[in-house]
Amino acid sequence: MSFELPKLPYALNALEPVISQKTLEFHYGKHHQAYVNNLNNLVPGTKFENASLETIIKEADGGIFNNGAQVWNHTFFFNSLAPDAGGEPSGTLADAIKKDFGSFAEFKEKFSKAAVTLFGSGWAWLVKNGEGKLEIVQEPNAGNPLRKGLTPVLTCDVWEHAYYLDYQNRRPDFVESFWKLVDWKTVGARF
Amino acid sequence: MAFELPKLQYAYDSLEPHIDSKTMEIHHTKHHAAYVNNLNNALAGTGNENKKLEDLMASISSLPAAVRNNGGGHYNHSLFWEIMKPNGGGNPTGDLADAINRYFGSYDKLKETLSNAGLTRFGSGWAWLVVKGSELVVTSTPNQDNPLMDVADVKGTPILGIDVWEHAYYLKYQNRRNEYLSAIWNVLNWEEISRRFKLAIH
Ligand SMILES: [Fe+2]
Ligand SMILES: [Fe+2]
Repeated sequence: MSFELPKLPYALNALEPVISQKTLEFHYGKHHQAYVNNLNNLVPGTKFENASLETIIKEADGGIFNNGAQVWNHTFFFNSLAPDAGGEPSGTLADAIKKDFGSFAEFKEKFSKAAVTLFGSGWAWLVKNGEGKLEIVQEPNAGNPLRKGLTPVLTCDVWEHAYYLDYQNRRPDFVESFWKLVDWKTVGARF
Repeated sequence: MAFELPKLQYAYDSLEPHIDSKTMEIHHTKHHAAYVNNLNNALAGTGNENKKLEDLMASISSLPAAVRNNGGGHYNHSLFWEIMKPNGGGNPTGDLADAINRYFGSYDKLKETLSNAGLTRFGSGWAWLVVKGSELVVTSTPNQDNPLMDVADVKGTPILGIDVWEHAYYLKYQNRRNEYLSAIWNVLNWEEISRRFKLAIH
């Protein structure tokens, strides 16, 4: 049994102009695909051969962790986005954000800051901790909060490949535009 | 006296086609400039404003992350611009060529080892050719760390550094870091790398 690249839930040009078709062609078609291929090349003959991505994220190291986590992270990231999305969450997620961050605006500001200030390659995450409280965490490179027992709710990829063709060095502009694509229905259902 | 963004000794378009003009311009005027500004801000009022960059690197473990990230960024990019030139490439000569043969077997083997260090650095970082005591070694560092830092796995004097942050190659090569790492040998400035080798070797 090998790992497969999941289908994107929208067309490659569906996130324009926030994320260009060219960026998605590389990000999904090359980077995400390469993590899947690398993982399939690395696991045979190891104890992770039939493991789930979650087990790999919690237990593996080195190349198997890096590629396994990046497969999971990208699937989670791409599934967090949708065309004509954005706005604000509703229901229990909206209530929890108000309770744990004060307001949606304060949450947004704090998450954006985490995404903009992460130095190098990595991910900003909204997670639920063991007590059910929402937190924002930064993870370098392939890092994933599952490894620390946290439950991911939303993520933003801030590897330069996620935005360089469209925004170059202007990561803050990418993060600001990212909010227009967040699919709060999916994110709220995860929560 | 604050740190300043150094001028390049060649035009942004003069490393074409190996490194494109737009990449050079953004890399120098945006990325490197930001490291310089952020470094000056991080040092302001700390008493470390007048220290040499090399001295800051040597005690980086006791300094704030902003000094490590931006001081490293300023040092690394300053070196990077100097070890490249238009119509560069070719083979190293003299004592440096002898040392390369001695420690790597051949120039081709060095190319392979250094390219591989750049290719396998996961995430953002640098691949380095380093003078360590009387030896030449290849290593890589994450983010803007470098071999002058007391936190580096392999410590020594870098004489050649290759930027493998995605911003160094993404506009032209996208996900193909391997192609960027093949192309960069065509713009290396071996006179400058030899000069740094002679200063570093004891
Ligand atoms: Fe990515
Ligand atoms: Fe750079």
